[in-house]
Amino acid sequence: MRKAIRFRLNGEAVEAQVAPHENVVEMLRDSFGLHGARESCGQGLCGCCTVLVNGRAVSGCLQLASLLEGAELATIEGGEGFDAVQQAFVESQAFQCGFCTPGFVLMTRKLLEENPDPADDEIRHYLSGNLCRCAAYPEIIEAVKLAAKKRRAA
Amino acid sequence: MKRSASPAETSQIGRSVERLESWLKVGGKAEYVHNLRLPGMLYAKIFRASVAHGRIREIDTSAAQAVAGVYRVFSGKDIAKLIPEPFFGPAFHDQPILAMDKVRYVGEPVAVVLASDPHVAEEAAHQIVARYEELPAVYDEVEAMSSKAIVHDTLKPAGTFPDLKHLKGKKDTNVALDFRLRRGDAERAMSAAARTFEHRFRTQQVMHTPLEPLVTVAESTEDTLTIHTASQSPSFVRIEIARLLGWPENRVRVRVPYLGGGFGAKLYIKLEALAAALSLLTRRPVKVALTMEEQFFHITKHASTFRIKTGVDEEGRILARQCEVWWNGGAYADIGPRVTQKSGFTAPGPYDIDNVFIDSYALYTNLPPAGALRGFGIPQLVWAYESHTDMIARALGQDPVAFRRRNLLREGRPQATGTPLRDAATGKVLDRLEELMEWKKPFDRGNGVVRRGRGIAIGFKACISNTTSLAEVRINADGGVTVYCSTADMGQGSDTAMAQIAGEVLALPAEDVRVVHSDTEVTPFDMATLGSRSLFHMGNAVRLAAQDALQKMGKLREELGLPADAAVKDVFKKKFGMQAGSVVGTGSFIPSYTPPDANGLTENATPFWMIGGSGVELEVDTETGRVRVTRLVNVADVGTPINPKIVETQLSGAAIMQLGFTLFEKMLFDEQGQLRNPSLAEYKIPGMLDLPGEIVNETVSAEQRSGPFGAKGVGETGTFGVSPAVANALEDAVGVRLTSLPLTAEAVFGGLAK
Repeated sequence: MRKAIRFRLNGEAVEAQVAPHENVVEMLRDSFGLHGARESCGQGLCGCCTVLVNGRAVSGCLQLASLLEGAELATIEGGEGFDAVQQAFVESQAFQCGFCTPGFVLMTRKLLEENPDPADDEIRHYLSGNLCRCAAYPEIIEAVKLAAKKRRAA
Repeated sequence: MKRSASPAETSQIGRSVERLESWLKVGGKAEYVHNLRLPGMLYAKIFRASVAHGRIREIDTSAAQAVAGVYRVFSGKDIAKLIPEPFFGPAFHDQPILAMDKVRYVGEPVAVVLASDPHVAEEAAHQIVARYEELPAVYDEVEAMSSKAIVHDTLKPAGTFPDLKHLKGKKDTNVALDFRLRRGDAERAMSAAARTFEHRFRTQQVMHTPLEPLVTVAESTEDTLTIHTASQSPSFVRIEIARLLGWPENRVRVRVPYLGGGFGAKLYIKLEALAAALSLLTRRPVKVALTMEEQFFHITKHASTFRIKTGVDEEGRILARQCEVWWNGGAYADIGPRVTQKSGFTAPGPYDIDNVFIDSYALYTNLPPAGALRGFGIPQLVWAYESHTDMIARALGQDPVAFRRRNLLREGRPQATGTPLRDAATGKVLDRLEELMEWKKPFDRGNGVVRRGRGIAIGFKACISNTTSLAEVRINADGGVTVYCSTADMGQGSDTAMAQIAGEVLALPAEDVRVVHSDTEVTPFDMATLGSRSLFHMGNAVRLAAQDALQKMGKLREELGLPADAAVKDVFKKKFGMQAGSVVGTGSFIPSYTPPDANGLTENATPFWMIGGSGVELEVDTETGRVRVTRLVNVADVGTPINPKIVETQLSGAAIMQLGFTLFEKMLFDEQGQLRNPSLAEYKIPGMLDLPGEIVNETVSAEQRSGPFGAKGVGETGTFGVSPAVANALEDAVGVRLTSLPLTAEAVFGGLAK
């Protein structure tokens, strides 16, 4: 039943044996021991399972792993050290429990790629698919703006 | 990527230290039970009741057992072979691990399937068939007072709380606590009043919705059990599991890493008994992990009805207040009876009233159980008394702020219980709220389709008493410091605050202090992480433990003939001839407390008071009823903030959460008690687009003299005033007074159409 798929995970060529029903979150957890993308609502509504597939943000709990053949998959665990977005999230203390944070960080990276200097309204709309029950939203908006500033300065 | 620590000479108090685990969280590497997998682990999937109240006639698990890959299927009878009395709960031993003879709400766990593959377990759970003999059900908390539908045949108080003992063995009742308070003569004062006002308010059932759903993993050997659980109360879990099994506590180990949110959902005992029983029955590690949907069937916030009556004199001074509160506890008591009493006694609000009458009832109904949710009942009460207070002020033609100021309970004056208010800056909070709202300036209410309004509200809470926290602080041979405490960091930043407190005593930067997470094998007893108690109670215990460690270090220096400023490293080197050993300081804190008498009165009801006020400016679209909060101001007395940034975000987060409970969150049940919206698709929680246009959070300058370095709790304070402030602003804008939460566009539009 399982089939082998080959793809790039955070820049590295990898292979995984996946079941037909297995989603990306399960594969990351079971085959790679990565827990940054996590299932919460299970319906693609909270953004906790956000990953980037070929540069597009998708809900890992809804994406079948077997469809990743040949794809470029990026998760919160990718990259060396911490980028401007993560630094800004820490400086602004833009999280409390941290469960939703990887999703917000990944979406913020996407936002700043598309729009290096977003206004408050644009931030709110772009991140409206990510939920934070601790409601660190004001600090997240602050962090996005700080990250934008850091990236522009770099 | 830790930042360099600040010089130790700098005080750790009042420093906005970044959460110690910040880099783990932004890197996706923080440890949650959600992540945990153990070799040989089985996944449990729960089969749930489909009727609200019924006797179980048959549970047919044969088809489920036949599904390929299923390890075992268990029902209540199997659990009872291991645990003859399989009923748990903090206030009543009323909740079965799996349903026994009856089911009492739709969604109650009835059977469970175990499989190595969670998908197999889920598929098999769908194959289970149960037959019930249906019984009449009751859903409304006021109806439950007199309903013929009786949820529990016999009441079984746990015995831990003296005020529940009289309910033992009671039959034919749904009342799980009848708390009463009488001070002065409310009836006489009411008849002497110039005017009286009476209103009735309702709150709806809502859910905590932590984004890490409830989850527990249990593993066992012949005679030990280790429970990894997303819990706010590891010490209680250990006590309760040991009681169920008849084991000594030292054979049960409870571990808690970071929590992906708690808000009261993960308190006392939830999935732990089931996971423990399944692991012991199978001798395999077992994970019980709920989906977001399933969470709605395990713990919720009390719906409530509050009838409130007030008598005032000619000048608008409150002479008497009568409060009757009915709390809808659902099918199992959980901590509802404590909510009923501990919050119930503040039902008249932060006002100076000589004649008070309170009746507060915990009710069983055939709905999912209700417990504590960020405020322990206080937001339900403030919603009612601050809506009511505003209505009185308006009816009297008085300014709502001035009316509150005239009646406000001040320092040293007795609260309803008779306990005097101490270190409670009610006046400052109200004054600052008025300033930040620019209350005295003219306010443009608009005259077109969109109307504007503003409102304020102020609430208070007595921290639950009496509860204990213990802590240990270890000074290691290399000079490093480790704090051992069972407070759960669920995002509120307790690790960081405890490190700051220990650091302050030991003259170390908080960043250099390591806080060990709850592990009952290592960390000492703590009552629980609840009710904004931890910073005060555990903070004091950590402070005492650090002081004890410091004193022991001093003694050691003396014994060794070393100067008082000798470095820690050198002390241990001299003592042991090498870098070895450690000094352990212990701290134990329990504030004094006097239980209430038969009239609910006591001179010492609480170790500290939390004061929170909110102001709201909003816009109402009169064509659709849509409400948009344009400005939200939160002012609080938190004593001396240990970490100002964390305090600010606690106030802000609590207020935004409460805004969800105010404007849209609601669990919807049909006539059969079936929940219609158990998913984030249909049960909406606040997102970015629901944020107020502007949020202001402030603390007033204050000191809790009995707190650690002047501090007190803050986790719930931001919730207090939000709901009534919105309702009051709504009336100010369009003249519509709503008395039931949530304040949906539909409700507003309905009010406008009248």
